[in-house]
Amino acid sequence: MTTEWLPLAMVLVSLIAGVIIFLLGEQRQLARTLLNLGAALVKLALVAFLSMLVVTDRAPEFRLALLPGLDLVLRADALSLLFTTLSAVLWLITTVYAIAYLERSENRARFFGFFSICVASTMGIAMAGNLFTFFIFYELLTLATWPLVAHSGSRAAILGARTYLRYTLGGSAVFLVGLIWLYGLAGSRDFIAGGQLDEIGIAQHLDLQIIFVMLVIGMGVKAALVPLHSWLPKAMVAPAPVSALLHAVAVVKAGAFGLVRLVEDVYGPELVAELGMNHLLAVAAAVTIIYGSVMALRQTDIKRRLAFSTVSQVSYIALGIAVGGVMATTGGMVHLVHQGLMKITLFFCAGIFATVLGVKCIDQLDGLGRRMPWTTLSFTIAGLGMIGLPPMAGFVSKYYLGAGAIAVGAWWVIPVLIASTLLNAAYFLPLIKRMWMHPEPGEWPHPVNLSRMETGGLVIPTVMTAIISVLTGLFAAHPLSPLSWVMGIVTEYFP
Amino acid sequence: MIAELLAGLVFIPLGATLLVLLLPRQARGYLCFTAVLALPLCLMPLTQAVWADGEITLALAEFTPPLGIVWRLDGLALIMLWLTAIVAVPVSLHALTSFPPGEQTGRGFWPLWLMLLAGINALFLSADLFNLYVTLEMITLAGVAMLGIGGNALALKAAMRYLLLGLLASLLYLLAVGLIYGQTGALDIYLVGERLETDRLAATALVLMITGLLVKSAIFPMHVWLPAAHGNAPGPVSAILSGLVVKVSLYMLIRIWFWMAGDWELPAAATALGLLGAGAILYGSLAALIQPRLKMVIAYSTVAQLGYVMLLFPLASINAFHAASYQLLAHGLAKAAMFLAAANILWSIGTDRLHALTDLNRKLPVDLFALALAAVSIMGLPPSGGFLAKWLLLEAAWQQGAWGWLILISIGSLLSAAYLFRVIALTCFHPERRHVPTRWQSPPSSASIAALVLALLAIAAGFTSAPILGLIDDSLPPGGIWP
Amino acid sequence: MTEILFVLAASVVFGIGVWGLLIAEHLLRKLLALNVMSSSVFIIMLVVAGGGPDGPDPVAQALILTGIVIAVAATAFALALMVSIYRKTGRASITEKGDDDR
Repeated sequence: MTTEWLPLAMVLVSLIAGVIIFLLGEQRQLARTLLNLGAALVKLALVAFLSMLVVTDRAPEFRLALLPGLDLVLRADALSLLFTTLSAVLWLITTVYAIAYLERSENRARFFGFFSICVASTMGIAMAGNLFTFFIFYELLTLATWPLVAHSGSRAAILGARTYLRYTLGGSAVFLVGLIWLYGLAGSRDFIAGGQLDEIGIAQHLDLQIIFVMLVIGMGVKAALVPLHSWLPKAMVAPAPVSALLHAVAVVKAGAFGLVRLVEDVYGPELVAELGMNHLLAVAAAVTIIYGSVMALRQTDIKRRLAFSTVSQVSYIALGIAVGGVMATTGGMVHLVHQGLMKITLFFCAGIFATVLGVKCIDQLDGLGRRMPWTTLSFTIAGLGMIGLPPMAGFVSKYYLGAGAIAVGAWWVIPVLIASTLLNAAYFLPLIKRMWMHPEPGEWPHPVNLSRMETGGLVIPTVMTAIISVLTGLFAAHPLSPLSWVMGIVTEYFP
Repeated sequence: MIAELLAGLVFIPLGATLLVLLLPRQARGYLCFTAVLALPLCLMPLTQAVWADGEITLALAEFTPPLGIVWRLDGLALIMLWLTAIVAVPVSLHALTSFPPGEQTGRGFWPLWLMLLAGINALFLSADLFNLYVTLEMITLAGVAMLGIGGNALALKAAMRYLLLGLLASLLYLLAVGLIYGQTGALDIYLVGERLETDRLAATALVLMITGLLVKSAIFPMHVWLPAAHGNAPGPVSAILSGLVVKVSLYMLIRIWFWMAGDWELPAAATALGLLGAGAILYGSLAALIQPRLKMVIAYSTVAQLGYVMLLFPLASINAFHAASYQLLAHGLAKAAMFLAAANILWSIGTDRLHALTDLNRKLPVDLFALALAAVSIMGLPPSGGFLAKWLLLEAAWQQGAWGWLILISIGSLLSAAYLFRVIALTCFHPERRHVPTRWQSPPSSASIAALVLALLAIAAGFTSAPILGLIDDSLPPGGIWP
Repeated sequence: MTEILFVLAASVVFGIGVWGLLIAEHLLRKLLALNVMSSSVFIIMLVVAGGGPDGPDPVAQALILTGIVIAVAATAFALALMVSIYRKTGRASITEKGDDDR
């Protein structure tokens, strides 16, 4: 059996599902739900099958020439599978949550259609075999998420969506020029572990430095590196499942994943260090980590606090790859998964608080622990994980980052990590304390009575992601854990 | 056989023009649509022939130049003919319902449309300066007449302005043809290219010719007639004018510059043409950003998008040639799709004022989808024909270290995103303006499908570059192009 | 020598035409101006046609004839358009503000 179509199928499953959802229209709810879940399950099966192929060294590759010498390449390798597995699992869970969440709202066909296309582009980003393919799906992701951010149609949503577009399209224009420049210098190359630009001479190093900065700007917009982050808090007006997916998997992670590809598979860690670009990236990441945490502390709206927390946490990934070395890179890349699991849990919880009780601000959280024990428990677990309490997933990431930084002599990273941990604690612990310790208020802001189905559809996914996030931390040493997986990938970069 | 097929491209629509009014009402639709469908059928074997043996030349009545007239079919001409045929089929499908052939408006539309098609096909086949003049005149007159079909006062005035400027431009062109003939005694472009001396007289002729063609192609700052004409034309006529008619004179400009004056060294003039393009991109986009009506936005977008083609002159490399041809193709498809979708929106709601259009995603999902897909191509976002054109153009600019043009292209695509996203945001997400419009009727499904097909083709053009660029490579101009 | 005279005359006529096209308000005047311009173009082409040692060039004369036919057709068409503009708006003019808006 020929398997080269598999990577394409991974993208097409969600794309076709999205188009059919548009065609089904608003009223055919059952068909839409079945299609959503069916496509998500098919995708999981495909991921499992692909993993098997990759493990046995038969990784398929799909190639289509868009222009002479310029190929669209989709393929599975260990790194792309890490990201596709994360997306496929979280997509399934988020779909269940979103179906329950949007039970009573309008324009569901539009929502789920773009939701699926968004996942399709994430798959494309994950499986992209060269920077050109990455760029194509990166743009598609912008297109697919824009209607999701603007979904509610309120004034704030439209303004948020406009800001989002300005940042992402501006970033992608810079990205495109950098890409053209790079291709002009080096031609179209596929991603190779350890980089592909070795034979470019010293004379071109200034070019390479400028190109690197341009590409980092293009990806940094989505990864919300300071000062390119302001769209993210504004995009919080989107419905909770969108925020969850945007923060945990799709947009922000696409940017971070792109940075990983850029450093490890295009330039290669050695060349990046030779060009001095690792310092630049590390400083940007460190500044973002601290700035994001400080800003999070100042927010009173739960979702905005979570948003700034994302700004801060995603930069751990950039920090890890910028510091370099096996340990730190592992710590950064494994955070791709860990942060996704924890942050999606937090956003699910925030969504439940807001829809069920109308709780949106931090001072309304009092006594939630008694009213919604499961959700609050999930929030607590994810929050503690973010702080980095052992043996949670967040601790694993931070431990590897710290130990890796010491191993390569980057001592300055340690104070950054400590400061960030303290700030994380400062912005999560008061919330957790309020929920469990403070008495229940007389009445909630906007209580809504949900059916058992709806409650289940909201709470079960939340608890599931919380459990998975704990398990990834507890069993980090297991050979199938994300950590072991990432270790396997990273050892290829540093032979 | 080849000669008959070439003749078919021109004489099938021309014959149908004459026949259509003689037939009984019920049969007219079939005749018209069959005549249009015949065009791609004629093109298929011709494409094979060009593929196999390269350029086809046909000396009419077996007279050869300088006295006789020759038709030439090379890769570039073939691509333009394909664009015409591919746009013509969905547009005709749309016109079957928007201008029913049996009714009064259809009696005006169909003969003119078929005549226009004959003119366009003849122009792409011609390699004779005077023949080009005659066919261009035929196209202009048919186009102007089509503008006036609806009888809308704004459209009539726009038609008159278009006609006056068009005739002025034709006169400039004709004068240049006379001067060139006086010097070379030839009219065939290739022959003129060989014989033309680079003296003051020839330079004057070239300037006159280029000016005339710039007016016809509505290149900034000679674009003044275009927005009102394209923005007020009835139904599918806007799609025809914006998708095909402006391309025709631009094509002539490219032919004359690179084929007739190919070995002239004119860097300053080339830069000047490029600067006009830059003006078009910036001015057209900014003007599109503030238009209150959908069709005017699309019309100004045409002004801007044509500017990209003008960058071919200063860049003048194979990549730039690829880019310009791809831009002509992708823009033709996407713009026709947009105007058809806009025509459906206008027809069903009764206005195309952006502030009156709300909730289109629920009322007219197919048309909106077509509009959005076409917008993706116009903005140059992947995957689409417009993206490939932009990529090639950026690559061409990079290769020559032309950072100014490179930045211009980037800014232009950001601006196009700005005005097109504005349209989509205004038409879909606006809860505060959810009032029921005064009139509402659902457009015929074939009209919506026509728009959608064109938009899908514009996206599909993002995947079909290999054969198209292959054809262009076989028909690069004889001189004056950098590798 | 006569050639220069012809070219000069044609240039003057052409200038008059451009002037009329730009300045005239009434559409009929604009159309007449265009026709004046086309006459000047034909004069120049006549100069071109008359030049050769073997007498006048028949091809150039054929071009002029075709040009005249096209000019007549275009003028007739423009007149018809002018009439319908007059019927719609009550004026035979297109210079008015606010044309872009419906």
